[in-house]
Amino acid sequence: MIWDLMLAPFADFGFMRRALLGCIAVSVGATPVGVFLMLRHMSLTGDAMAHAILPGAAIGYLVSGLSLGAMTIGGLVAGMIVALASGFVARVTSLREDASLAAFYLISLALGVLIVSTHGNNVDLMHVLFGTVLALDDTALILLCSFASLSVLVLALLFRPLVLECADPQFLRSVSKLSGVTHFTFLALVVMNLVGGFHALGTLMAVGIMILPGAAARFWAESIAGLIAVAALIAMFSSLIGLLLSFHYSLPSGPAIILVAGVGYGLSLIFGPVGGAIAQNLPRRKFET
Amino acid sequence: MTSLRSVFASATALATLSFTIPTASWAEQPIPVVATFSILGDMVERIGGEHIALTTLVGPEGDAHVYQPTPKAARSVAEADLLFMNGLEFEGWLERLAEAASFDGAMVVATTGVSPIAFEEHEDDDHDEHDEHAGHDEHDEHDEHAGHDEHDEHAGHDHGTFDPHAWQSLDNAVIYANNIAAGLAQADPANASEYYTNRAAFVAEIVALKSDIDAMMAALPADKRTVVTPHDAFGYFAEAYDLTFEAPQGMSTESEVSAADVAALITQIRRESISAVFIESITDNRMMEQIANETGATIGGTLYSDALSGETGPASTYLDMMRHNATTLSEALGS
Repeated sequence: MIWDLMLAPFADFGFMRRALLGCIAVSVGATPVGVFLMLRHMSLTGDAMAHAILPGAAIGYLVSGLSLGAMTIGGLVAGMIVALASGFVARVTSLREDASLAAFYLISLALGVLIVSTHGNNVDLMHVLFGTVLALDDTALILLCSFASLSVLVLALLFRPLVLECADPQFLRSVSKLSGVTHFTFLALVVMNLVGGFHALGTLMAVGIMILPGAAARFWAESIAGLIAVAALIAMFSSLIGLLLSFHYSLPSGPAIILVAGVGYGLSLIFGPVGGAIAQNLPRRKFET
Repeated sequence: MTSLRSVFASATALATLSFTIPTASWAEQPIPVVATFSILGDMVERIGGEHIALTTLVGPEGDAHVYQPTPKAARSVAEADLLFMNGLEFEGWLERLAEAASFDGAMVVATTGVSPIAFEEHEDDDHDEHDEHAGHDEHDEHDEHAGHDEHDEHAGHDHGTFDPHAWQSLDNAVIYANNIAAGLAQADPANASEYYTNRAAFVAEIVALKSDIDAMMAALPADKRTVVTPHDAFGYFAEAYDLTFEAPQGMSTESEVSAADVAALITQIRRESISAVFIESITDNRMMEQIANETGATIGGTLYSDALSGETGPASTYLDMMRHNATTLSEALGS
C-alpha cells in the first residue's frame, strides 16, 4: 500500500527520481534565501526578481534555442542588472530601493515581452518559461545541484553579517563597510536560486518554493537556524507530495508542488505553535498551571 | 465657343477615362487574401498563384495553438477579401480577431466536407482496429489506456470535440484544395478557370504522393505501428494507415504535462517495446528526449505537424512536409 503510493513511482520511473532530486536541490538552495528575504521584509523582492530574470531567459532562448547555458546566463545577467541598478539608484538618489526595484523589473519585463513578440516566432514560450520538472536532464540536474551547493556555501560565509542586517541594518552599516557587499551578494544569491529554480519549476513557481516554506516555518521556529531547517524540510516534503499527487491524479507538477507548500503554509498559519492563529488566541492556560 | 466646347468634351473624356482606367487595372491587381497558418497558406498559394496577395498569420515554425494576434495581423484581416481558415476549432482566436478587425469579406473553411475524427470515436476506431488486427492482449491494453488517461487528458483542452489536424490525411488535402479553389473562384470569377487548373495540378501531385506514402506505410511491420510524438496531431494520418499515435501532451500544445501522463507513456513504450519516439518542430522536446533516455528508445527524427519548416528546411511546402513525415516514420520504424 505505502509501497504503491509513495515508493513505486520513484522506483519504476527515472524521471520521477530526477524530478525529486531537482526539487530537493532547489529546496536546499532556495529556502534559506527565502527565510532571509522574509526576515528582511523583502519577500516581494523575490517575486520582482523572478519577473526580472524572465526576459533574460527569454532572450537566451531566442538567441540559441532551448540551451540550458544561454537561458541560465541570460537570466543571471538580467537579474543582476536589475538588482545592481535598483541598488545603485537607491544609494545615489532619494528614491527608495523598493520603488526603484519595481521600476526596473517592470522595464525589464516589458522589454522581454517586446523582444519575444516582435521576434515573430510563436514556439510555445510559456512551456519554456513555466519549466518542466518532469524533463530534467543530466546537465540541468548538475546545474541545480551546483547552484544549491554554491548558495549554501555563500550563505554560510555571509551568515553573521546577514543576521546583523536582519536585526539592525543601521548598526551593520555603521560598524562595517561590508554592508553593501553583503546586500548585493545576497541579491545575487536570490537571482541565482531563482534561475536554478526556473529550470525546474519555471520562473513563476520558483518564487513559490523560495518564499512559501519560509513563511510557513515562521510559525514553527524562532531561531534563524530553526527557521531554515523547518523551511527546507517543508519544501522537500511539498516536493515529494506534489510529485506524487501529479503522478496519481494527473495534475501538472509545478503547480501541484507549490500548492502543497501553500497548504503547508495554511496549516502552519492555523496550528503553528509560534504565533499561529490558535496559539495566539487561546487562553494562556499553560502559564497558569 | 467651339474651343470651350472642345475643352468640355475633352474634360468629359478625361473624366470617363479616369473612371474606366482604374477599373481596368483593378482586375489585374491580385486580390488580398489571408490564410491562418503556414500549411493552409501553402495550399492557397498553390491554387491562387499570381492572382492573389497572400498573408499568412502564423508563419513557418509557428504554433497556431497559442498564437497571439498582432495589430499587423488585424490589418491584414481587415483589408482581405477572403479569409481561409482550417475550422474544427483549430483557430480559436480567429473569431475575435475577425470581429475586432471588422472583417467583411468571405470566410472559407477548408475542412468543410471533411469527415472529422471525434476524440471518442478516434479511440473506438483505434481499439476496434487493434482488436481484429493484433489479438486480444493488445485490445485489453488499449481498453485500459483509453479508459483513463486519454479521456482525462482531453477533458482539459479548449479544442472542440473534433481533431482539427485534418490536413495530415492526403485525402483531406484534396477536399482542402477543392474548398480553396471554389472560394477563390467565387471571389474572383474572372480567373476561375485558372484556379481550377491549378487545383487539378495540385491534386495530381497529392495523388502521386499518396501512392508513394501508401507503399511506404504498407511496408511497415505489424508490430512496429505505434508511434510516440509530443502532441497528438496525427490522428488522421493514423486512421489512414492503421497506425497508433501516443502523445504525453494530448491534442493541444497548450496543456501542461502531468507525471501521470509521462508515466503512462513510458509504461506503454516499455510494454509494447516501441523502438523510436519522434520530436516535433513546434514543441518543447526536452520531454521526449527524457522519455527516450529512460526507455532506451531512439529519437526517430523530427515530424512536422502543425507548421511548415522555413524555406531551407525539409518541409517548406505541404507536399514536402507529408513526404518528409512519411519518410522519417518509415526509416525509423521500418528498419
